[in-house]
Amino acid sequence: MSRLNEANVMLAKEIIGRYPKARSATIPLLHLSQQQNGYITDDAIAHIAELVGATSAEVLGTCTFYEMFKMVPVGKYLVNICGTMSCQLLGADELMHHAEQTLGVKAGGTTSDGLFTLEHAECQAACTEAPNMQVNYRHCHRMTTTNFDKLIDDLRAGRLEGEIPVHGTLARVRQQIPADKAAGVASPDAPVVPAWMPEAAQ
Amino acid sequence: MTTTEPSAANPDTEAEAPPPDPNAVQITINGRPHTARKGQLLIDAAADAGEYIPRFCYHERMTPVGKCRMCLVEADSGRGPAVTVSCMVPVSPDMKVDTESPTTKRMQEGILELLLANHPLDCPVCDKGGECPLQDQAFSHGPGESRMLEEKRHYEKPIPISDLVLLDRERCILCDRCTRFADEVAGDALIHFNSRGNNTHITTFPDEPFASYFSGNTVQICPVGALTAQPYRFKARPWDLSQQESTCTSCSVGCRTVVQSSRDELLRYMGVDSDPVNHGWLCDRGRFNFESVKSDQRVLQPLVRSGDGFQPVTWNAAMAEAAALISEALAAGGANSIGIIGGARGTNEDAHAWARLGHDVIGTPNVYAQMGDGLPNGLLAESPATIDEAANAATIVLLAPDLKEELPVLYLRLRDAAAKRRSRIIEFAPKQTGLTSYAWRHVAYEPGTQAAAVAATLSDADVAVQLAKGNVVIVVGRANLAESSAATIAALNEVRAAVPGAKVLTAFRRGNVVGALRVGMRAGAGGLDTRGMLQAAADGKIECLVLVGADPLADFPDTNLARRALKAVPRIIAVDTFLTGSSQQANVVLAASAYAEKAGTHTNLEGRVTALAREVTPAGSTRADWMIAAELALELGTDLGYSSVADITASIAENVSGYEDVTVASVAGDGVLAGVPTDLDAVEIPLPAVPERNAYEYRLVVSRVLYDKAISTVQSPSLAHLAPGATVHLHPLDLERVGTSDGSEVKVSGTRTSVVFRAVADDTVLRGTAWVPFNQPGPNVGELIDCFAPVNDVRIETI
Ligand code: SF4
Ligand code: SF4
Ligand code: FES
Repeated sequence: MSRLNEANVMLAKEIIGRYPKARSATIPLLHLSQQQNGYITDDAIAHIAELVGATSAEVLGTCTFYEMFKMVPVGKYLVNICGTMSCQLLGADELMHHAEQTLGVKAGGTTSDGLFTLEHAECQAACTEAPNMQVNYRHCHRMTTTNFDKLIDDLRAGRLEGEIPVHGTLARVRQQIPADKAAGVASPDAPVVPAWMPEAAQ
Repeated sequence: MTTTEPSAANPDTEAEAPPPDPNAVQITINGRPHTARKGQLLIDAAADAGEYIPRFCYHERMTPVGKCRMCLVEADSGRGPAVTVSCMVPVSPDMKVDTESPTTKRMQEGILELLLANHPLDCPVCDKGGECPLQDQAFSHGPGESRMLEEKRHYEKPIPISDLVLLDRERCILCDRCTRFADEVAGDALIHFNSRGNNTHITTFPDEPFASYFSGNTVQICPVGALTAQPYRFKARPWDLSQQESTCTSCSVGCRTVVQSSRDELLRYMGVDSDPVNHGWLCDRGRFNFESVKSDQRVLQPLVRSGDGFQPVTWNAAMAEAAALISEALAAGGANSIGIIGGARGTNEDAHAWARLGHDVIGTPNVYAQMGDGLPNGLLAESPATIDEAANAATIVLLAPDLKEELPVLYLRLRDAAAKRRSRIIEFAPKQTGLTSYAWRHVAYEPGTQAAAVAATLSDADVAVQLAKGNVVIVVGRANLAESSAATIAALNEVRAAVPGAKVLTAFRRGNVVGALRVGMRAGAGGLDTRGMLQAAADGKIECLVLVGADPLADFPDTNLARRALKAVPRIIAVDTFLTGSSQQANVVLAASAYAEKAGTHTNLEGRVTALAREVTPAGSTRADWMIAAELALELGTDLGYSSVADITASIAENVSGYEDVTVASVAGDGVLAGVPTDLDAVEIPLPAVPERNAYEYRLVVSRVLYDKAISTVQSPSLAHLAPGATVHLHPLDLERVGTSDGSEVKVSGTRTSVVFRAVADDTVLRGTAWVPFNQPGPNVGELIDCFAPVNDVRIETI
């Protein structure tokens, strides 16, 4: 029961239509499925395989390659604490310890109210702002135990609803490509001169 | 063609060196000059120059991926020596390669240390130990010790990824050979890398096993013992195996194999890379049905009927009895009242000896190797194409059964041609096949309308343009056992009229059927084919029927006729390896030797004659078919003059049209292509009028799938349970129309009787038709087939 719902199947077909080969849409559809269910189920994988004309094993392979696709349910907020060197030097371990104490779960676990999943993360590319963490991949810089507690309080109280959507949300406004801006789909086997090249004008 | 060759008539050019070959690339390998081919991969060029570069992931028949890095060498392409992945980099002019430099050696040691860091090193209990590239190369190129002191990675020890193949992820070195094979060669991407980095491992999707018909190949090409095959696991150590090259006779592709045994017991077949035939691949049925040879159900000695059962007797007694039966039949009804069916299971020599016994000694023209499920043998003479020609044709026209099910490795070759865009496939079929998704045009036709469908398609402008490119090969076979073969011949004639230069590859299915037909197991003047003999038998006109490895009850499409025939014939002699449904009704059963128990030659569907090896001692007191024929001839008072296989091979070369070059020497390796036969009758079968189908009936389509009740499958424990069982497949909308759903039972009624099948909704089936796989466990669809009707229509009702 976690195949794509009807509305999302329509969307999936539209997404597939943007690529010359259906299977190129595998990753966008995995995102779509994660947005629908919060995580990715085996049924969803089988459904996506059907839609893009791949085998389930291939879609599973793609899905498990990427850290951001979760194959088990996660909390509404995914809290990632960076453990790479700069952050570690500036107190990432203490932060993680504090987070574990505060949330009452070990890294990798989800709180019983289903609100938070705590995870270790690799470099978040903001070493000058260490220590770093993310909530649903939104950066939180120069974390201290104090502003960690405040952040968690705010999230619990729903004060950040507008700022940090639930895990899996791709976008609150979906991209629309007007027909006159769409590049169109050319078969890779019949390469055409791109519209912006002078040759195309002739 | 360019004419770059110096002409002798022009004295000016005579003294000059021949112009350089544009495809030659001069390189230096380990200080020695070498001429490589343009575009050739460095790893292959080095091999040509006699320098073997160690490798794990590279495989000549698959796209290089540079996954394992074992093949690193130092190569200088003009910018100084650089570490080069030799399986990914083509040669370039003046490249200087050092496969033995200190840097190369250090890299090789490093890679092996890395690959072994997490390797369990359980070689003593690993099937691959002794023939393992990882073991061998660790020994020849490895550092000899490891700096890895930490606990190694652990996975659950072997997990089955299919019924036949087990995966030990601890041993896997992630070379991507099995996964590449599944995707690129077999087209069944059911195994894939899962996760990333240190956690990467091979998996299937949960509950979707690696149920590929070709899964055994992954075991053969895995460079470590990560993949093992159920039928061979823990059975032998490689150094205990003896082996010989041979040919698979499970279908008429004739894949090249190595047959391996230990202590006189067959243990494994491996594919041999034969460029014109199988490229090293085998299908799982061909690879694993060696189990049937050592089945404890084999008939080990001759049997004579006594009451309802059989009495084991000596060969002398059995031969005397068989000769007596034939003499009685001769006396009762003359030579024309004797029929011989079969011969496709054995060697060319077996078939030739039986053909001579039938035609020359007994004097009957009623001899036939096909089981009523093929096409007229005259097709073999019509501009035959080779497998290679088909796989390199611009257009392949398929008028054939599902090749994936019937001739699996031919399917691989043609799939490759279409997937790599060498060829375009135009497929005519009553039901979607394994090649449909690779076809440029797929035309589904209702049985009876095949020729019309072909004619309509040929008049399409795009198709005409495609066919006008020339180089067309038509693959023709019997796509529907519930339809007269005349329809296929008419369709073939349509294509040939439109494309006069087209060549024809006959997709005859059964083992050595082409060889048997060509060396003489075919009807003489005024003789009957199998259908004719069974009909005559049912009418009481056959006094004695000889079944040479033939089981009409299982293989002849019209079961009712086969049953009536066997019941009516007063004398049946069976030459068989097992007591099949048919041989159980014999008066005498002559115990025959099986595959790998006898030497000889084999002819595949393209006419290629290759060697068959005798690797194990014949079971019990069984004898080769040819010996039985020779002795029976002697009993009947004629000496065929054969005392060895070689005698018959020579006799074939002397007497059989097209086999002039077939000698014991020429059949070695890839073998020799027999010439086009000149002694076959032209194909002439009138197209019968096809009745209209009533709107409430369904036209029956019956064809085979890879695993069925074939005796060698049933008697191989690893394969027996893979047969899907008899079910009737209808288009989902038709199933709705019948008023039932997937999985429920329906009554299928033909003109003679009704059979109850489980119904399956299947959108690969054309609307208005019903497809049933042939010769499956469960209800028998053969009961519904009238082999004289142009088509067979059935009613389908709920119960
Ligand atoms: S299982 Fe064998 S063939 Fe497959 S990736 Fe692992 S080592 Fe390579
Ligand atoms: S394709 Fe035919 S000849 Fe080849 S391995 Fe399979 S059964 Fe044997
Ligand atoms: S053989 Fe070249 S990288 Fe594996």
